[in-house]
Amino acid sequence: MTLAGWTLIGLFLAMIIALARPAGAVLFRLYDDRPLHGEALLHRLLGSDRAEQGWLAYAAAVVAFNLAGIALLFAILKLQGVLPLNPQGLPAVDSWLAFNTAVSFVTNTNWQNYGGETTLSHFSQMAGLTVQNFLSAATGIAVAFAFIRALARSGVATLGNFWVDVSRIALWLLLPVCIVLTLAYVAMGVPQTLAGSVTATTLEGAEQTIAVGPVASQLAIKMLGTNGGGFFNVNSAHPLENPSALSNLLQMLTIFVGGAGLTLTFGRAVGNLRQGWTILAAMLVLFVAGVTLLYWAEAAGNPLLGLATNMEGKEVRFGIAATALFAAVTTAASCGAVIGMHDSFMPLGGLVTLFNMQLSEVIVGGVGAGFYGILIYAILAVFIAGLMVGRTPEYVGKKIEAREMTLAVIAIAILPLMILGLTAIASVTAAGLAGPLAAGPHGFTEILYAYSSAVANNGSAFGGLSGNTPFYNATLALGMFVGRFGVILPALAIAGGLAAKRRQPVGPGSFPTTGALWIGLLTAIILIVGGLTFLPALALGPIADQAQIAAGMTL
Amino acid sequence: MTQPRSLFTGPLLATAARDAVAKLNPAVLIRNPVMFVTAIVATLSTVLWIGGLAGGTGNPVFEGQLVFWLWLTVLFGNFAEAIAEGRGKAQAASLRATKADLTAKRLAVLDGDWQQVPAHELAVGDLVLVDSGDLIPADGEVVAGVASVNEAAITGESAPVIREGGGDRSAVTAGTRVIADRITVRVTAGAGQGFLDRMIALVEGASRQKTPNEIALTILLAGLTLIFLTAVGTLPAFATYAGGSIAVPVLVALFVTLIPTTISGLLSAIGIAGMDRLVRFNVLAKSGRAVEAAGDIDTLLLDKTGTITVGDRQATAFGPLPGIADHELIAAARLASLADETPEGRSIVVLADSLLPGGEGMPAGAEPIAFTSQTRVSGVQIGDRALVKGATDAILRRLPDAAGADALRRAAEDIARTGGTPLAVADGTRLLGVVHLKDIVKAGIRERFGELRRVGIRTVMITGDNPLTAASIAAESGVDDFLAEATPEDKLDLIRREQAGGKLVAMCGDGTNDAPALAQSNVGVAMNTGTQAAREAGNMVDLDSDPTKLIEIVGLGKQMLMTRGALTTFSIANDVAKYFAVLPAIFVALYPGLGALNLMRLGSPESAILSAIIFNAIIIPLLVPLALRGVNYRAGDAGTLLARNLAVYGLGGLVAPFVGIKLIDMAVTTLNLA
Repeated sequence: MTLAGWTLIGLFLAMIIALARPAGAVLFRLYDDRPLHGEALLHRLLGSDRAEQGWLAYAAAVVAFNLAGIALLFAILKLQGVLPLNPQGLPAVDSWLAFNTAVSFVTNTNWQNYGGETTLSHFSQMAGLTVQNFLSAATGIAVAFAFIRALARSGVATLGNFWVDVSRIALWLLLPVCIVLTLAYVAMGVPQTLAGSVTATTLEGAEQTIAVGPVASQLAIKMLGTNGGGFFNVNSAHPLENPSALSNLLQMLTIFVGGAGLTLTFGRAVGNLRQGWTILAAMLVLFVAGVTLLYWAEAAGNPLLGLATNMEGKEVRFGIAATALFAAVTTAASCGAVIGMHDSFMPLGGLVTLFNMQLSEVIVGGVGAGFYGILIYAILAVFIAGLMVGRTPEYVGKKIEAREMTLAVIAIAILPLMILGLTAIASVTAAGLAGPLAAGPHGFTEILYAYSSAVANNGSAFGGLSGNTPFYNATLALGMFVGRFGVILPALAIAGGLAAKRRQPVGPGSFPTTGALWIGLLTAIILIVGGLTFLPALALGPIADQAQIAAGMTL
Repeated sequence: MTQPRSLFTGPLLATAARDAVAKLNPAVLIRNPVMFVTAIVATLSTVLWIGGLAGGTGNPVFEGQLVFWLWLTVLFGNFAEAIAEGRGKAQAASLRATKADLTAKRLAVLDGDWQQVPAHELAVGDLVLVDSGDLIPADGEVVAGVASVNEAAITGESAPVIREGGGDRSAVTAGTRVIADRITVRVTAGAGQGFLDRMIALVEGASRQKTPNEIALTILLAGLTLIFLTAVGTLPAFATYAGGSIAVPVLVALFVTLIPTTISGLLSAIGIAGMDRLVRFNVLAKSGRAVEAAGDIDTLLLDKTGTITVGDRQATAFGPLPGIADHELIAAARLASLADETPEGRSIVVLADSLLPGGEGMPAGAEPIAFTSQTRVSGVQIGDRALVKGATDAILRRLPDAAGADALRRAAEDIARTGGTPLAVADGTRLLGVVHLKDIVKAGIRERFGELRRVGIRTVMITGDNPLTAASIAAESGVDDFLAEATPEDKLDLIRREQAGGKLVAMCGDGTNDAPALAQSNVGVAMNTGTQAAREAGNMVDLDSDPTKLIEIVGLGKQMLMTRGALTTFSIANDVAKYFAVLPAIFVALYPGLGALNLMRLGSPESAILSAIIFNAIIIPLLVPLALRGVNYRAGDAGTLLARNLAVYGLGGLVAPFVGIKLIDMAVTTLNLA
């Protein structure tokens, strides 16, 4: 570990903390009821109903919108051969793969069982994937808005209007910011063209075909929307998708900025910014712990190879610290973009990326999803420990009772149920066992990683797993779908109940949900309830893997 | 009932042990999902173990011990509940004995002949005669007569109380004994519906329903069980991948140690014990919900008299208006107070007699003017001359144009500013002056209010005094706010206002006019000396009729919630150590390197698993005393309470099993049990 490495990590944290407040303020403007320029016109043209919705209506709108998105994207992928903007003349995508990809992008997972430049036309990338990148991110933020309203409002049965929220977020926020980011990436050297490839002559005089395309525009939303689906197969490790240290920093910042900002939007909405800072602090405590372990594991290297550091699977342009930081950011935030191969990390390094996802992506998390995810844990933590102050537990003045508990438990149980359940199926069936390339615990980790990534809607690939099979396409799609909506629906149901409750005035007798004690408590509950469940699986995967390396064993 | 009882006595333990076995009945067990699941997997393990014995497979000695401890876990949970119930049952038995042989002298008509009937044949509305020495056969209201009643059977207090018709002391309770005089009582509760019946059901825990927090907690615990079922249920598949297998009893042991058996085993004991503590404190809560609500109270409405100030106000001086002679005011005030049996009225007569000896009795033909909450004056009517005394504003409302109104107001304000209560006196249409009544604030009450403020509870003093007097007493006693010149409607309005702001309100009251406010408040404590209406409206009854207890009731409510939270936290924190005990033991056969996770350096895989399951079982009875007694409750703000309890039960819960399992492992290894 080097001073330069730690400086990079420290600088990144400082910038995120500095950006959180303005980002929170911008998001608050969209959260707020005040109309935006052109909004009335848009909804008049669309003829949309802008009335406030109860939680069921809001949830129905979310589900309908996303199911339509899956159908549309599936259709585009199947029809890409006859659709325009297909300079390489790529054929229709295989049905299982198209289904998997459609679910993947609509659920903000962006698991890629395909190689982007070799499978998808420009039209599929732009009108198919990129559109869903915007909409899935907007869906996540909209649900977060509904959740914030539930806590900020008192005695109201409605959570806002999904159509208003989603259009505001997509058109007034994500689109303009992405245009700026796209231009910035272009300035840094990322291609943005409709041509399929350029031909270069190498130093040896050989002809080389280099795939290009509308990369910068997809890159901007892939990060800002924590989508993670790269234009190129190797994602942001590709020099054209991540040309420099500066573009690398910008990518990491844009992954975290939305999720970090939402915590302060929440603080603003409930009239106490400290509530927001506290949530952000809890996220960052877990993040720093993860990045430290990851950086240490990679810097320590593999004793079997006798190398000082573990450079396997890393871009030499970025090195250990930046790769460790990026890996921690992308798995913590449910983004899934990568600049190094997580499969090639040391087992403990891989464990951190796995564990980040298995904590249900609440460390900053997917944009929107991370926020309502951690608040569900907050509700759980308040309930478990809140009784200890001798009152019915309450969070920001809302009493937490049986209904909230039921739904929070469902939302939290969904993840281990799907991740461990699907991993168990894959690890004993022939179709599942055909996937991992490695044997022994490392192979197990490859399976576990795939389902953790899918169910937590991360989308990063560990690598080393042949996922483009009907079995994996189907089970991963199932995991992504249940992992997304199995949390959104209970979250909205909780929100509906909380909105209708009256806010209790906060006094010295109220359970303190700000400050160090609460941060410690919340992180402990996340680790014990969310994390310990995975300890047996992790023991048989990366921990056994590491133990074998320590013992000098190879398979 | 007030005498302290030991937590554990021989017969109580024996009964509880028998009940613990009886509670294995699945229909009873299913009320507690975690224990129910434990019993199911214990049954499964037993069947497998017997199968293994027959087939000669497996490790029968080790697996037999696991089965034994699994069942013991369930029995310990049952035992905790049984012992909590057992303490109430003994009490219920003695109450039932009182009730069994009640008979009634039923009257056909008021003042008519009576006929002896068993108490259970009485119906609501029947009239019964109760003579000196008789037990009152049913709950009711005195309609005629005055009697001195010994209510020791209910309250444990042997000093007799007066019960009479018409006022706020008209309610009588079945099972209490009239010791002097006779009364006629109209029955207000039918057989099986009375106070005594309710009390028996309460102390027995028979009518106990889960409280809202308990339900939410049960759901959480069931959810955690489901999560751990996933974690453990997928292990065989993972082990298969690793080329090995895990024995079912071992999986069951891991599962049972992980699921929150500790808190689940103690949960209902905590609730029963909470009610029991209240009963021993001589307060009857009509539901556990009310006890829980007591912990959540934000605002306490406290009657000034008896709660904040000692008993009653005493007259200390007379202040005649300019131009009025001292003796004229003293004589008028005395006459106006002669018929007033309140302590205040009596103190005026006493003071008058000491200043102006030789006062005479009530003149012939004088009619007392009774105090009503509308007129708020009392006095005496002698011919067409009305001598009245009352709150300054009440007197001025009666005589708006009387001379000296300003002087009277000034004199009243002077008294009020010093914390006294001015009582204006008028003779016909003439204002005479004021009587200075003084309140004495109870010692230590300021500190109590300070404590309440620290736990975030606002205290509001309710008084019929004028605002100035109220403000002065409020300042002296340290109460947060006050409601002066309060009528029952004002009180009700205040409660509604507080509740509209999302606050929970507690109050106590005794009169019929308190009933609406008692019903509206979240915790309404009716005084046992109060009217039947008040006792019906409140959700708790204080048998000692001590309004100060409201503060303790809040403390008991908080203590019950805290106990539940502390043991839940402890139970969940325990899981960390259990994982590190059992997981390496299971996995070391698959990957020897995972022995590194054996942080406690436990003797062998078998002893590790056995030690974890033994710890998991015996922690339940070890925590029973804490569950029954409740965690220590000291007032403090929520942050302080949380920090303290987290340190004890959170960190304690992390560390204790590491130590406990290690010690058990050493014993298990030494004894060669595994």
